[in-house]
Amino acid sequence: MLKYIARRILQMVPVFFGVTILLFILRAPGVLPGDPIRMITGEKAISPALYQELVKENGLDKPLPVQYVTYLGKLVHGDLGRSYQKDRPVVEIFADKYPNTIRLALAAIVIEIIVGIAAGIISAVKQYSFLDVVVTLSTSVLVSVPVFWLGMMFQVLLGIKLKEWTGGAFYLPMSGMGSPPDLAHLVLPAVTLASVSTAYAARITRSQLLEVMGQDYIRTAVAKGLSDRAVIFKHALKNAMIPVVTFIGLDLGAMMSGAILTETIFNWPGVGLEIYFSIQQRDWPIVMGGVIIVVFAVMLINLIVDISYAFLDPRIRYGGPAK
Amino acid sequence: MTDKHIHDPLAEEGHPVKDFRTGVPATPPTEDVPASAIASRSSRTLWGDAWRRLRKNKLAMAGLIWAIIMILVALSADLWVPQRFGDPKYIDTTTVSQRMLLPPSAAHPFGTDRMGRDIFARVVYGSRISLAVGVIAVAIEVVIGLILGAIAAYYGKLWDSVIMRIADVFLAFPYILFAIALIAVMGKGFMNVFIAIGILGWPSIARVFRGSILSVKENEYVDAARALGASDLRIMTRHIMPNAIAPIIVYATMSIGGAILTEAALSFLGMGVQPPTPSWGLMLSDARAFMFTAPWVMIYPGFAILTTVLAFVLLGDGLRDALDVKMKD
Repeated sequence: MLKYIARRILQMVPVFFGVTILLFILRAPGVLPGDPIRMITGEKAISPALYQELVKENGLDKPLPVQYVTYLGKLVHGDLGRSYQKDRPVVEIFADKYPNTIRLALAAIVIEIIVGIAAGIISAVKQYSFLDVVVTLSTSVLVSVPVFWLGMMFQVLLGIKLKEWTGGAFYLPMSGMGSPPDLAHLVLPAVTLASVSTAYAARITRSQLLEVMGQDYIRTAVAKGLSDRAVIFKHALKNAMIPVVTFIGLDLGAMMSGAILTETIFNWPGVGLEIYFSIQQRDWPIVMGGVIIVVFAVMLINLIVDISYAFLDPRIRYGGPAK
Repeated sequence: MTDKHIHDPLAEEGHPVKDFRTGVPATPPTEDVPASAIASRSSRTLWGDAWRRLRKNKLAMAGLIWAIIMILVALSADLWVPQRFGDPKYIDTTTVSQRMLLPPSAAHPFGTDRMGRDIFARVVYGSRISLAVGVIAVAIEVVIGLILGAIAAYYGKLWDSVIMRIADVFLAFPYILFAIALIAVMGKGFMNVFIAIGILGWPSIARVFRGSILSVKENEYVDAARALGASDLRIMTRHIMPNAIAPIIVYATMSIGGAILTEAALSFLGMGVQPPTPSWGLMLSDARAFMFTAPWVMIYPGFAILTTVLAFVLLGDGLRDALDVKMKD
């Protein structure tokens, strides 16, 4: 087991270097339009001497590999540099934004687990029934919906129209996040973010459950006279859930990179929106730092998922992944 | 399975099955049956069977028909749309105030947008962008993915580790952020959207193809071809490719929907197709300011994306079942 974990962590090392090198190439002079010093000073005219000083101060006069090593050195000490425009340390900016992203992600995951798995179980148990057709069709529709359009439809229907229809008595907030314990603001963004993943979770649950139900040990369980309920919940579900749990875990990892579209539609101040704005404003310290933090968070969660997967399924531990 | 073979018109021409049904002992094919006939028969059953299974799948056929309709509409748009509904790009500044944000009517079936342009015309022309992205971006990712996947699987060892680690790096990046960053580097514009989506999509194709080649490579006929002195390229294209291609067909079909959604998202965020070119994502981004007072500016482009993507998703699902491909995710 330890050996498996060690190998899995070793695999992350080249990915980490690849990501940071790629980010550095994107940032290299000549690759991107725009001069970083101009980003710092804005439109103000500055003397050439001050310009040179700023170049030196930001280490931009050194060759790229030297800059890269310096950056990594600081990174190890938890220093991701300062934003060009906001004059704040990048780490501080993301410390502010991450709780919002995590809040939204957890809410979406809860919806995904409850609705996705329940829908998957129902449609597998009642295969070919009307309910199964409804679930299968609606999951196909949900994976085809543009998330941002779904969010806009929710805003119009559940924000504005519902308010009109109920005479202003009931509606859901459409934008912003309110002050943290406020759950009403969380509903629409969380449902929007969860929509696609919930559909996938339902599909995977259905197909896994159907596959497991066809196996010999299930037939044995039925033959010895167990009730359908006991067969499904005690025997089939345990094995069918392994890939579902993996999917949901990986999805939680993916959500750690923020949800640009959902965050844009609902003005949710998360990491995705922050990185997106910074790309547009070419504030590269935030982009680099943000992507590194995000990739690290995603890899960490994937690692936890893989380890727990290996824990649940001994074949992976001993056989090694089929890579 | 056997039932299908009996009803196969080709099988009914051949002797063995007929003899079996009439009770006469089946005779093995004699030497006067040309080898080419046997070869063509087996290849026709593979794809013929798949087509027959696909045709029975109502949802997949609905997807296929809708996709064909969209393609025909997109191709023929120049012939009928501008004449009836006006130029999708042109803004007549003198009449904008009377023409803007009109609700759907006989003259404007989907209403007009804030510039007084007909939304139906823009939705139709938007289909050209979406379908072009679907086809070109997916073609780029399939070509890169096939080449790199084939090199990784066929040559193994160092090639395999290097290519697959690069794929890991690509997959570790948050997808949409990566696309935005690439476009920030390359500049906004039509072609760059294709390229960005194509560059980002190859790792999945490469992985699927690599896995599929690795399993085909173990077959004896590959060893036999090598023993006969066939070149690497010939073994690859003639012996391995045809047997490893089914998962790629399924995956590529499903990716078309994904590419259309990505283009819509990028254009929505202002990083994709630029105005005044009509793109569904861009129309939705314009619609944000008016969606409460004039919901039609937002409803129709959204439905266009939804139905087009859905068509390819259903078709992809149907192909997966028809070709009997097992997808990991």
